[in-house]
Amino acid sequence: MNLFGLRIPFAVAPLLWGVLWEIVGQSGTVFIIPPLSSVFVSLFELVQRGNFQAAAWQTLTSFSKGMGLAVVVGIALGFLMGRVEAANRLLGMWVNIFASAPLSALVPVLMLLFGLGETTIIVTVFLFAVWIIILDTFAGVSKVNTSLVEMGRSFGATRVQLYVKLIFWAALPEILAGIRLGLIRGVKGVVIGQLLVSVVAFGQLFATYSRNFMFDEFWALAIVMFAFALGLSGLIGKLEQRVEYYAGTRD
Amino acid sequence: MPLSEQPPDIVETRGISKIYEGGIQALEGVDLGFPQGQMTTLLGPSGCGKTTLLKIIAGLLEPSEGEIRVSGVPVAGPGPERALVFQDFALMPWASVLRNVGFGLELRGVAKAEREETARRYIDKVGLAGFEGRYPHELSGGMKQRVGLARALAVNAKVLLMDEPFSAVDEQTRRQFQEDLLRLLSVEKKTVIFVTHSIEEAVYISDRIVLLSPRPGRVSRIFHPAIDRSRTSDKIRRDAAYLDTVEEIWQIVRQYLD
Repeated sequence: MNLFGLRIPFAVAPLLWGVLWEIVGQSGTVFIIPPLSSVFVSLFELVQRGNFQAAAWQTLTSFSKGMGLAVVVGIALGFLMGRVEAANRLLGMWVNIFASAPLSALVPVLMLLFGLGETTIIVTVFLFAVWIIILDTFAGVSKVNTSLVEMGRSFGATRVQLYVKLIFWAALPEILAGIRLGLIRGVKGVVIGQLLVSVVAFGQLFATYSRNFMFDEFWALAIVMFAFALGLSGLIGKLEQRVEYYAGTRD
Repeated sequence: MPLSEQPPDIVETRGISKIYEGGIQALEGVDLGFPQGQMTTLLGPSGCGKTTLLKIIAGLLEPSEGEIRVSGVPVAGPGPERALVFQDFALMPWASVLRNVGFGLELRGVAKAEREETARRYIDKVGLAGFEGRYPHELSGGMKQRVGLARALAVNAKVLLMDEPFSAVDEQTRRQFQEDLLRLLSVEKKTVIFVTHSIEEAVYISDRIVLLSPRPGRVSRIFHPAIDRSRTSDKIRRDAAYLDTVEEIWQIVRQYLD
C-alpha cells in the first residue's frame, strides 16, 4: 500500500480504523458505538464469565454438528451430481435456487418442523452451509480430466480406488474452497438460528446486550464471532494453499 | 520378412466397428493382427478413428461390433497385459514422479517398498534419475511423457499402447524421445501399438504401419518399412527406403484430404 509516496505495511489499515473507532467512541456522538478500548475491556471480562463460556460451548456444538453434516452431505451430493448426469439434472436446479435464496426467511418454518431446540439451529447451520459445498464439489468433480479417469481404469483401478485415489484429489482444491465459503455461511447460520429461533446461547447474549444498550458487551461478542469465522476460514485457506500448487495445472 | 518367420499375433481385432451416440461411425469392420514383439503404428488423418481403435484395444471403449483378443482370448475392459501411454500424459499433479510411476503397481496392491524400487528402476531407464521427488508441474512436456512411459513400463505389461505420445512435445524433444524409445524397446521386448498422425514418425519407428482411411476408419493399407535401423538416426532419415515409404504413404493420404 502506498500513501503520499510512503510505503505503508498492511497492518496499519486495521490500526487506523481502530483509532477512528476509538475517536468516534470517545466523542460519544453515536450512542451505539462505545470506545474500542472499553469494548476490549469488556471482552476480557466477558470471556471469563460462566454464562459466556456456556453460550460459546453451546454455539460451537451446534455449529460443529450442522457444519459436519453439511460437509459430509455437501461432498456426497456434489460427487453424485458431478458423476451422474441424471442426478445433476434432478438436483442442480434446487441447489442453485437454495444457494442464492434468502435462507433466513425459511428459519421460522424450520422452527415448525424441528421445534424450538438445538435441532433447528443445527438444521439452520446445515442449510446455510451445504449448498455452496455441493456447488463447489460439483464444479471440481465435473472438471476432473477425463484422461486421468481413463488412466485409472486402464491400470485396473476399482470403482472405489477411482474415487479415493483420483477423483477426490483432483477435485480437492474446489472442495476446500466450498468448505471455506460454507464455514462463513455456517457462522451466519448459527447466529441467525439462535436469534430467530429460541434466543439461546450467543443469540440470547446478542439480544440481551442490544435490548439493554450494553454496547461494550455487544461489540465484544461481535468481535469474538468475527474472529471465529475469520480464524476458521483462514485455517481452511492454509489447507487450500497446500493444494493450490496443482489447482492450475490439472489439464 | 517371410510369412514363416512372422511371430504370432498377441492382439487381434475382429470385425471392430464403432458407432458413437448420434450416429457417427468412427470405425467399420477393422480386422487386424498385432505380431508379438513388433512396433505397429496406426496412422491416418484426423478423425479416422485411430485413437478410438486404440481405446477399444485398451478396453476403455466398447466396440459396437466385433471383439478384441489378447493372446487368443476375448477380452472386455482393461487388463494387466496392456498398458497405456496418454497423449496428455495423464499424470497426477498432486503426486511425485516416484508415486506417479508406481501408480499402476499401487492400484494392484503391491507393497510400497517393492513398488518404489520398481518405479526407481524405470525412472532411471527413461532417463529421469534424480527427478523422483519432483512434481509434474516442475517438469517439461517431454519429461512428463517419460514419466507416463515409465509408469506404463513399470506394470510390466506385454503390450504397450501409445496414443500420440509425442504430439504435445516440441520437435527436438520428439526426435530425442523417438530414439530413446526405440533403444528402450530393443531391450524391453514389448509389443507396441502406436497411434500417430505423423507419417515421418510412423516410418521412422515402425516395423509395420497400418494406414486407416478417413471416417469411417477402415484398414486402407499395411506397410512394412524395410529400414536398416542399425545406423544412426541421420542416416536413416536420408535412407532411400525411408524416404520412399514416406512418399508412398503421403501420396495415399493426400487423396484423402481432397
